[in-house]
Amino acid sequence: MIDRVALFVTCLADTLFPNAGKATVTVLERLGIEVVFPPDQTCCGQMHGNSGYPAEATALARRFVDVFGGFDAIVTPSGSCAAQVREHFGDLLGGNDRGVPGRTWELSQFLTGVLGLEDVGSTFEGTVAYHPTCHSLRLLRVGDAPLRLLRAVPGVDLRELPDAEECCGFGGTFAVKNADVSTAMLDEKIAAITASGAENVCACDSSCLMHIGGGLRRRGVPVRPIHLAEILAS
Amino acid sequence: MTHSSLDPAAARDARPESFPHAATGALANHQVRANIRHATTSIRRKRAGVVAEVPDWELLRAAGAAIKDETLASLDAVLIELEASIQAAGGTVHWARDAAEANEIVVGLVRAEGAEEVVKVKSLATDEIRLNEALEGAGIRPIETDLAELIVQLAGERPSHLLVPAIHKNRVEIRDLFRERLGRPDLSDDPTELAEAARLHLREAFLRARVAISGANFAAADTGTICVVESEGNGRMCTTLPDVLITVMGIEKAIPRFRDLEVFLQLLPRSSTGERMNPYTSLWTGVCEGDGPHAFHLVLLDAGRTRVLADPAGRPALRCIRCSACINVCPVYRQTGGHAYHSPYAGPIGAILAPQLLGEEGAVASLPFASSLCGACYDVCPVLIDIPSILVHERGKAVARERSGIEGRSLKVLGKAFATRAGYERAQRLGRKLQRPLARDGWIAHFPPGPLGAWGRSRDLPALPAQTFREWWESRDEPA
Amino acid sequence: MTSPREAILARVRASLADTPSAVAVSRTYRLRGERDRAGVIELFVERVRAYEATVVVADDPGAAVASALEAAGARRVGIAPDLDRRLRPPGVELIEDQGLDSRDLDGLDGAVTTCASACAETGTIAIDGGPGQGRRALSLVPDLHVCVVRAEAIVETVPELIAALEPSAREGRPIVLVSGPSATSDIELTRVEGVHGPRRLVVIVAT
Repeated sequence: MIDRVALFVTCLADTLFPNAGKATVTVLERLGIEVVFPPDQTCCGQMHGNSGYPAEATALARRFVDVFGGFDAIVTPSGSCAAQVREHFGDLLGGNDRGVPGRTWELSQFLTGVLGLEDVGSTFEGTVAYHPTCHSLRLLRVGDAPLRLLRAVPGVDLRELPDAEECCGFGGTFAVKNADVSTAMLDEKIAAITASGAENVCACDSSCLMHIGGGLRRRGVPVRPIHLAEILAS
Repeated sequence: MTHSSLDPAAARDARPESFPHAATGALANHQVRANIRHATTSIRRKRAGVVAEVPDWELLRAAGAAIKDETLASLDAVLIELEASIQAAGGTVHWARDAAEANEIVVGLVRAEGAEEVVKVKSLATDEIRLNEALEGAGIRPIETDLAELIVQLAGERPSHLLVPAIHKNRVEIRDLFRERLGRPDLSDDPTELAEAARLHLREAFLRARVAISGANFAAADTGTICVVESEGNGRMCTTLPDVLITVMGIEKAIPRFRDLEVFLQLLPRSSTGERMNPYTSLWTGVCEGDGPHAFHLVLLDAGRTRVLADPAGRPALRCIRCSACINVCPVYRQTGGHAYHSPYAGPIGAILAPQLLGEEGAVASLPFASSLCGACYDVCPVLIDIPSILVHERGKAVARERSGIEGRSLKVLGKAFATRAGYERAQRLGRKLQRPLARDGWIAHFPPGPLGAWGRSRDLPALPAQTFREWWESRDEPA
Repeated sequence: MTSPREAILARVRASLADTPSAVAVSRTYRLRGERDRAGVIELFVERVRAYEATVVVADDPGAAVASALEAAGARRVGIAPDLDRRLRPPGVELIEDQGLDSRDLDGLDGAVTTCASACAETGTIAIDGGPGQGRRALSLVPDLHVCVVRAEAIVETVPELIAALEPSAREGRPIVLVSGPSATSDIELTRVEGVHGPRRLVVIVAT
């Protein structure tokens, strides 16, 4: 049984969405798990790797392994950052990854897969549409883990999101390099969210939520973007 | 029927544009986007249905990938064996280093036959080398016989999808085109009636044709058998009725053994048209006395394929069997259609193949960035091409080649800053300081030009909060 | 000067210089089916029918051919010179294809052929120019194709079909796989039966 984890909060949540990080701490501590935050952590290098800067990505991956190498379990509230560690570190580091990829977990995978839990003692009031982010879905293969967690929360009224598995159009630097296509994809996602009738749109990645949330606000759509951890922490 | 002089696509190609630029134009065409959305939605559903009923689908994918890798790893030997098998069966094999050489060979063969027109089966290889333009330049009329290729040719356009080149046109537009170009003012927009009009229009061409040109889906080296899969019967007509058959094929289409078709003839139809099997598959081996053409020529085309082969990370792109499943699930293609890719190879596979084939130059150089890396393409690829990883690899090549703009400089600076805790925390504080003139009520809604401005055209951005997570964590540790 | 052939082969070899050549292909997929004979025939009928072709299971294939031609209103019908006598119905003008030209074939109402083998899972018939099948043009140009399939020639899976056809390929005989009537999905990806190939396909399973 794992009773101590290192939190990799991600550079984005640390800087821009601290509530996702705080919520992750709340959920884990509620379950009696000791949370350690190694302060030397910075960034997993995903943005560099995906944008065509493998040297920078490799340096950040090496740093990540140095910082987290001593922990049995590393938990992060991000599907795409967990995917960067689990799926890409091996190649970037030529195998010198100290087994860190296999010990790094996205929050919903950790709760359901490692701890075997669905009910984590949360309550929440409201209608929720769940958007499965691409990297959690197709790289990490979290499957329905987030949905099982959400279904176990009393008061969550899950609404079906049409074409849920379509990309929201974020894609890191894609969102600015191909801003118009990214926007067209976002428009479809927002139409689907609106059609779901939910008051909240929930995901496992702050990055996609930043894109969706920024689009909702610009369009004056009164739907709240919310990280899965924030619902589970309620 | 020609489209050389008034071809808007050709005019556009003379002024290469990047994908984002072309995409912006494509996004404005709501009719095309609606047509593509409608068509790809229906094909995706069909594909998913017929793939789900195959219990060993994943094993077939693995075998398909392995056969292609085996071929590529010994491509020289496979090509030599293919050549020998075809020669033994009475066919002739030609080799073309590039598009110009291939076109010259084909034009020469048609001229030697004294033919003034040729019937053509849909072929991406011939689209790629612009064979039709070369034929027209030599006074030879190419007649596209695939319904969609005919539509595109009549409209003076370029194909916008590997498998369904006229996917950007709906039935009303096709009706109007046929009314005008086929002299059939009576036509309705019923697809059955439109297909019938094409049948009547082309039947005479098939009956009088002396030379046909095709591509190839597979070529089995051990038997020398060429395989063309199709639906309409135009492929059968072209490969059966004329006196002379010329097949233009990329060298990566060879497979070692006839037996390997047992894998690909399961993977291809289900992935491409969403059928258990396509209506017609033609398999021929050289020439056969008393049945079909009396002369068969195979043109083996390099045109950049050996360049792709030379890069082990990009090489799996050559496994592609041109099914178009990746295109049909691609959320980017779904918005832009195929023309924005400036290549016969559109969508995710186009974004990794076209730049590699053309040496990452010209209009296709921006294609590796035309993806959100959502991964839907890899999930459906029947030969397990990890398209997202190759996109990333190609991005790295592009970045290394072109010295960076503002985005590149920012990423480099961030990369350096994130190398130490102090640098990272300094960047966080700097960000909070720099945003001050922009942030209001916790949000940034008005942006300076550059990457932030591109973001801000359609999205607000949350302002950096007063306290980072790590600052909160430290304050939490302090005794209350 | 180097020939294009030598240049391309040299490029290939240079590209592969540091690549290990051994790649193992593991054929762990299904190589044969598990249904019994009746099950295979039943699946074949279902799958051919799914393509909007007509399928008849008959213990008297000659009579079935006659009714198929009659139902289609076909009067002048092309056949291979070696078509089994029992498959030649009376009361129909049967024209043996002794090198008919394409226009002659175009003037026929239909063609009656046999086939080499068939695949149940995909509803496919395979023609390889063997007895009763004629050359490829015979079953292509006329607008109706009536094809008689011996029940024992139906295999269940694609690997079994390809194995059955490999000897023909080795002999250099052209092969056509037919799965339903000709079709196109080129207009809005809506399937339309019937373009250039025969618009009507009748498959008679002779038991």
